[in-house]
Amino acid sequence: MIELSQVSRSFTVGDQQVAALRGIDLNIAAGDYVSIMGPSGSGKSTLLNLIGLLDRPTSGTYRLDGGDVTDLTDEQQARVRSEKVGFVFQAFHLVPRLTAAMNIELPLILAGIPAAERKARVAQLLENYGLADRADHRPDQLSGGQRQRVAIARATSMHPTVLLADEPTGNLDQATGKEVMNLLEQLVAQQVTLIVVTHDPAIGGRAVRQVRMVDGQITGEMGGDVGRALPAETERRAEPDLR
Amino acid sequence: MKLIDILQFASGSLRGSRTRTLLMMLAMSIGVAAVVILTGLGEGARRYVVDQFSSLGTNLLIVFPGRTETAGIGPGMLVGQIPRELTLDDAQALLRSRAIGRIAPLTVGASQISRDALNREVAVLGSTAELLEVRHMSMGQGQFLPAGDVYSSESVCVLGAKLKRELFGQQQAIGAWVRLGDRRFRVIGVLALQGESMGFNTDEIVIVPVASAHMLFNTSGLFRILVEAKSRDAIERAKQDAEQILSERHGGERDVTVITQDAVLATFDRILRALTLAVAGIAAISLAVAGILIMNVMLIAVSQRVREIGLLKALGAPATQIRNLFFTEAILLSGIGSVAGLVLGEIGTRVIAHIYPALPVAAPWWAVLAAFGTALGTGILFSVWPARRAARLDPVMALARS
Repeated sequence: MIELSQVSRSFTVGDQQVAALRGIDLNIAAGDYVSIMGPSGSGKSTLLNLIGLLDRPTSGTYRLDGGDVTDLTDEQQARVRSEKVGFVFQAFHLVPRLTAAMNIELPLILAGIPAAERKARVAQLLENYGLADRADHRPDQLSGGQRQRVAIARATSMHPTVLLADEPTGNLDQATGKEVMNLLEQLVAQQVTLIVVTHDPAIGGRAVRQVRMVDGQITGEMGGDVGRALPAETERRAEPDLR
Repeated sequence: MKLIDILQFASGSLRGSRTRTLLMMLAMSIGVAAVVILTGLGEGARRYVVDQFSSLGTNLLIVFPGRTETAGIGPGMLVGQIPRELTLDDAQALLRSRAIGRIAPLTVGASQISRDALNREVAVLGSTAELLEVRHMSMGQGQFLPAGDVYSSESVCVLGAKLKRELFGQQQAIGAWVRLGDRRFRVIGVLALQGESMGFNTDEIVIVPVASAHMLFNTSGLFRILVEAKSRDAIERAKQDAEQILSERHGGERDVTVITQDAVLATFDRILRALTLAVAGIAAISLAVAGILIMNVMLIAVSQRVREIGLLKALGAPATQIRNLFFTEAILLSGIGSVAGLVLGEIGTRVIAHIYPALPVAAPWWAVLAAFGTALGTGILFSVWPARRAARLDPVMALARS
């Protein structure tokens, strides 16, 4: 599904080259539930952006669904993002002037899906995420948990195969955070590949596969081979073992 | 993304920052309104002059003695000769031309007019029956000068409307006698009130047969001969004929000037059109300023909505789509502003027309189109850069911005 081999990404800061990712090798199968953990500056968000095709590697190759997506044009990248990738952000990133329903509808509008179908899908999503009575509320009239639910509904509206969540609980209290994680984990059961970036061990620990990053390199990994565990079981799991 | 969705999204983001949008549209509409009103004024002035000229008569040529075009000193001037007079015979001879329909000789002088104890100075116009038609005058009461022998010096006169009121008040003037200089004239008609045209007020003149005027002023020369060509196409031929006939009669000397009303009109037309264009150009500068304002606003919009742009990209919007969205926003902004400006301009034009009813203020269609086009054009032109800027934003950086 996702195959990264020897992927590096460096940025030019001033006249210096700063390596954010160094020779990452990572394979993620369809329907996997992976968390990427590490301290800030470890390159985990950069990795997520690369996987989400918001960025391009400086070197190395990236294959998604069997096709090489390393050197796609901007236009092609956008198309893949639209069809296969859903994003959930720490800051929710809802458009403030649009209602909850309109925010959820946004990817469908951008993809040019007919209005009638859009309406039906949005209504279903609002229902699924318990937002039916919040459909006409603007983001500033919603609680944090509701906002993130709108964001998740939006991320899934195009039925993506990969869902990328960057610190999805970062702006939420613990109870709401757990609730949001449950919603995301339900998607794994529907064969969505879920990748969560976090520095919170309690959140990262829930994942079936846990990848540890330091200084732009993968320093450790646990789970995965163990087989898929149910979210209820993973919840009890302690901090990942660092190799 | 469907066009209707693009429009909806763009208008949604315009509504999102209402004050800015309204101010922007105001700037745009003032620019458009300025162009519409100013060209309307210029065009109004032009039409006013054209109307004044046409009220003199149609297909008109004016013949007067002397050649004004000749620069320098002619042989006649050296020996103290004045240009040869135009006579009634000259005027009658013009009718030989097949291009010429009617003629009206004109002699002009000033005299004392009196009725009983009332008297005043008055401009006396000596002419023939044709003058009424040639000059497009109309009668208020009675008749105009009798047709027939132009050489007969009948003692009849036609009074201007205001002159009649001054001399007779509400009393009957037709049939009464007035004294002009040392002769008595019977009033046979009163002109309808028509006001001033080209600086000549027909309401305060008295018209007598041309031969009578010659006797009154002891002259045989004509001040002007008004010539009406048979049709618009015949004007040029009538001019050549008139010049030829008169030079034959004056011993081969081309000592008269023939000007066509068209030529004078065309000159005025050109001058006033140029003026209109000039004021329109000045007004168009305000449109350009509005365009730059739009660019500024769009640039602010781009930097204020960096996160939104990043989000749209993350949700699968390619750069072209982002560009189109901002482009559409600018087009909507300038489009609605332009329409508002047209309405504003129309209102302004009506107000001016109400205040100055004499001036036919109306913006010509080309100016309206040009104003609208320029507004839309500058709006689009000046949004290219902001739209490109939005499209080029790096989504990762854009999303990270807080």
